[in-house]
Amino acid sequence: MRINTFFYSVKQGFKNIARNKMFSLASMATMAACIFMFGIFYIIITNFNAEVQKIEEGVSVTVFFDKGLPESDILSIGEEIGKRVEVSRIEYVSAEDAWNDYKEIYFEGKEELAAGFAGDNPLANSANYQIYLNDVSMQSSLVTYLESLPGVREVKQSELVANTLSDFNKLVGYISGGIILILLCVAVFLISNTVTVGISVRKEEIAIMKLIGAADYLVRAPFVVEGVLIGLMGAAIPLVLLYFLYQRIIVYIADKFNFIGSMLEFIPAHTVFRTLIPVGIFLGVGIGFLGSRLTIRKHLKV
Amino acid sequence: MIKLEHVSKSYSAGIPALNDVSLEIEDGEFVFIVGDSGSGKSTMIKLLLKELDPTDGEITIGGKNLGRIKRKQIPKFRRGIGVVFQDFRLLKDRNVYENVAFAQKVIGEPNSHIRKKVPIMLSMVGLAAKYRSYPKELSGGEQQRVAIARALINEPSILLADEPTGNLDNNNAWEIMKLLEEINAKGTTVIVVTHNLEIVKVMKKRVITVKKGTIVSDSKQGGYDDED
Ligand SMILES: Nc1ncnc2c1ncn2[C@@H]1O[C@H](COP(=O)(O)OP(=O)(O)O)[C@@H](O)[C@H]1O
Ligand SMILES: [Mg+2]
Repeated sequence: MRINTFFYSVKQGFKNIARNKMFSLASMATMAACIFMFGIFYIIITNFNAEVQKIEEGVSVTVFFDKGLPESDILSIGEEIGKRVEVSRIEYVSAEDAWNDYKEIYFEGKEELAAGFAGDNPLANSANYQIYLNDVSMQSSLVTYLESLPGVREVKQSELVANTLSDFNKLVGYISGGIILILLCVAVFLISNTVTVGISVRKEEIAIMKLIGAADYLVRAPFVVEGVLIGLMGAAIPLVLLYFLYQRIIVYIADKFNFIGSMLEFIPAHTVFRTLIPVGIFLGVGIGFLGSRLTIRKHLKV
Repeated sequence: MIKLEHVSKSYSAGIPALNDVSLEIEDGEFVFIVGDSGSGKSTMIKLLLKELDPTDGEITIGGKNLGRIKRKQIPKFRRGIGVVFQDFRLLKDRNVYENVAFAQKVIGEPNSHIRKKVPIMLSMVGLAAKYRSYPKELSGGEQQRVAIARALINEPSILLADEPTGNLDNNNAWEIMKLLEEINAKGTTVIVVTHNLEIVKVMKKRVITVKKGTIVSDSKQGGYDDED
């Protein structure tokens, strides 16, 4: 396409939108609603994922050993466990460590009571490993493995937390995916209608262009430009809006509910939008392109 | 050269709009096509533009068989043919200059080229002074001149005119015909479909008469034979 015809197409695309204001606005608004919803879900999911990851890092499996198992055996088992891929970190808590921790918490200020146990550790068999995972979903397979190890007395896990977290995340994903899909279909439909109206408005011009010998792509291009512009605007507006809203909201929530603020840390806006903006723009432009391209094929036969 | 060999065209099952038409038109000729309405004249024009394909027979223009032209090549093929109609078909939201320039823009001519060429073409059709007028501000004759300028700006070797004077009074009709004759004198093949038998008689050009889809007379050397 020559530069001249390129500008011609872009100009005509703008003109199409101007001549066809109501339909263009309606499609733009739907597109904007689409991308807005997409943005909200994206923000929720990424924040939630970050939270899950933080919790996952804290979720551990504790392994206790048979009575009287020598510490050297325990240490060699620990080495084996540490080699597994799903294990991110493993901490050894010896019987003395366990007793010291216990004393600190329960005999605080009454150290003389604890002194009575000197030389006779009541938690003699509580040497254990705290195992942290890379991925919570691997927890149950790890537990099965640990239970099969000789010398292991008990494996304690926080199964509920792990499963609930990943299930909830999946659910949010499915629901948002479904809603976005429906909205996208509506957007494609509306853009298609807009382009159909545009084509009927410009019927004369198209007929003349064809008689003069305009290349097919040039007959098509203004409508493709129209669709792409609608998509672009429909994406840009909600993305800008979301950016400012997000910045406000995270400050507001941290302020008003600082008890949540301490538990829940939001991802900074620029991190979220570094991905959200290109993806949103791509979606908008892609749908605009697709909607107009399919319609042109149907009505123009070029 | 334009050559039709046993060309027939049926729109649907029934009487064909054109039935076994054969004719030859040399380069640089001026030809009138006359006939009652519904006799198939516009169908012939559409076949020459490859807006329609014949049901039977072959059409060759400048050595090119129209049946062998691929869809993608149609735009390029049409650039060699200018066409005007009874209803002018100008773009109402664009002025005279823009209407003519449009034809150059859509084939990708550079702006610098367009700016030079459009005024020359407008003065040739006698509209240089009205280049900023919109179609609704022009008389029928003037609108047809704009349409002719648009048809010629890409320098086609053939100009097709389907009842170009059908909406014009006698004076304007004559002016348009004179203009078409001038264009023909410069070497363009001109084919004019018309109802205006008075003009046809006076101009002494080749006249092809069509009746119910067939050629009933082809008087090579001027004059129109209207015994009925
Ligand atoms: N698109 C069409 N569909 C069906 N029939 C048509 C169509 N165009 C023309 N016809 C028929 O073909 C015949 C020739 O039409 P046309 O070529 O327009 O005649 P003319 O231009 O000589 O008046 C007429 O009977 C007309 O009704
Ligand atoms: Mg006709």
